[in-house]
Amino acid sequence: MMKTEPLIQVRNLVQKIGAQEILRSLSLDVMAGETIVLLGKSGGGKSVFLRHLIGLMHPLSGSIIFEGHEITTLTERELEPVRKKIGMLFQDGALFDSMNVFDNVAFPLRESGERNPKIIRDKVAESLGMVNMTGHELKMPVNLSGGMRKRVALARAIISPPDVILYDEPTAGLDPIVSDSINKLIRHLQRELHVTSIVVTHDMVSCYHIADRVALLNEGRIYFLGNQQELRDSTDPIIRDFVDGRSGETIY
Amino acid sequence: MAVAEFTIRIFAQFLAFLGQVAALAGETLLSIGAGRIRPRLVIQQIAEIGFRSQLVVIVTGGFTGAVFTAQAFFQFDALNMETAVGPVVALSMFRELGPVLAGVMVAGRVGAAMTAEIGTMKVTQQIDALRALAVNPVDYLVVPRALAMFISMPFLVVECAGFGILASYYVGVEVLGIQGAYFFANTQKFSESSDIIMSLVKGFFFAAIVVFISCREGLEAKNGAVGVGRATTATVVNCSLAILIVNFFLTMALNIVFPAG
Repeated sequence: MMKTEPLIQVRNLVQKIGAQEILRSLSLDVMAGETIVLLGKSGGGKSVFLRHLIGLMHPLSGSIIFEGHEITTLTERELEPVRKKIGMLFQDGALFDSMNVFDNVAFPLRESGERNPKIIRDKVAESLGMVNMTGHELKMPVNLSGGMRKRVALARAIISPPDVILYDEPTAGLDPIVSDSINKLIRHLQRELHVTSIVVTHDMVSCYHIADRVALLNEGRIYFLGNQQELRDSTDPIIRDFVDGRSGETIY
Repeated sequence: MAVAEFTIRIFAQFLAFLGQVAALAGETLLSIGAGRIRPRLVIQQIAEIGFRSQLVVIVTGGFTGAVFTAQAFFQFDALNMETAVGPVVALSMFRELGPVLAGVMVAGRVGAAMTAEIGTMKVTQQIDALRALAVNPVDYLVVPRALAMFISMPFLVVECAGFGILASYYVGVEVLGIQGAYFFANTQKFSESSDIIMSLVKGFFFAAIVVFISCREGLEAKNGAVGVGRATTATVVNCSLAILIVNFFLTMALNIVFPAG
């Protein structure tokens, strides 16, 4: 059988913030249509890694090849076509404060040149429906809870479904029921629209629900990469501590 | 040694700042040239920058004209030259005070707001969200503000100078008793269209100073609310200083093109 090329190839990515080395020669292949869950300690560089994949940060060294093209050397303007294919859900939503929910969700459509109000209305309603936010169209972001902001941001990210979606902690701060609906939505996007997803999370329930493969980031490198069964079966102490939620500290 | 190092560092930071402002100006002009213009946002910004700045500019121009007239009258009256008050005030308002006052007031009202808004967007990842949605922040945020500023500023400058002259007429003629016909005739005699052109040219430069410094400070803001506060303060200080300094050089240069008197 012929082996297909990865959609995204990350090779030896290095990044420092101040004196701290965040990414130390990180390498990872992402295949088209799969969902990779990226686990790792808080402050371990997971979000920084995601930002590199969409060109919001440039590495000190290393390469990221997307659809066969190097993207780390591209300028802001040259990155625009790449960004049309890669969507991102930010940790805090990053909704535009000056716009209401409707305009936030409609933003990518309008920016891509859509002018028909009916099409915009229908697509916004569909997207908001997918994240259980129907009826909140006229609210301003400041009047939404953290979880609602995140769901609106997700609706904005999927209104024109990109080829790849990067999720930065999509279920953090959400109740279990809404978390489950987000997990189902990520699965739905993968199955129905063949969207490739890279999901940064600490939520193991979510991880087991959506992951085709799981990567564990430790000390700036991919420490583990495998499927859910391999993660569950691992006896490596670092992996077990993370999966079982053990800090290794003694409480006196 | 430490003083020399400190001076060099400050000078290097100043050059870097100038470079960033110039780069932003260049990128904005290229975007405008390439037609990356969102008319709806430009109109919104004209309302915000031009329309809503009118009151502050009119009040500043009016009261400056009024107080300038009173002081000039007190001096000129002793020399029986009170009818010279009109042209002195008119020339000063058009050539210097109108553009400078309008520029400084717009820097305080609009420049500060621009930096605070863009800076807040920066520290809350909204600018990253724009970039992630394949929207260039310069096209979306800076171009509409720059165009709105270039369109609004000439009107604000003329308004500032015009209301200064109107206030001067009212104070001079109605309050201080200068003969209206002489005031009007002398003002008309010594004022030329070149004074208004000089005013507009200065207004254009000050518009560029305010919009590019304000947007640059906003786009470079970091460290949360404290950083946005610092950037906003820096905008008002840097814009005001830049306007006053550039005004001197513009006066010298424009006086060659449009000599006074």
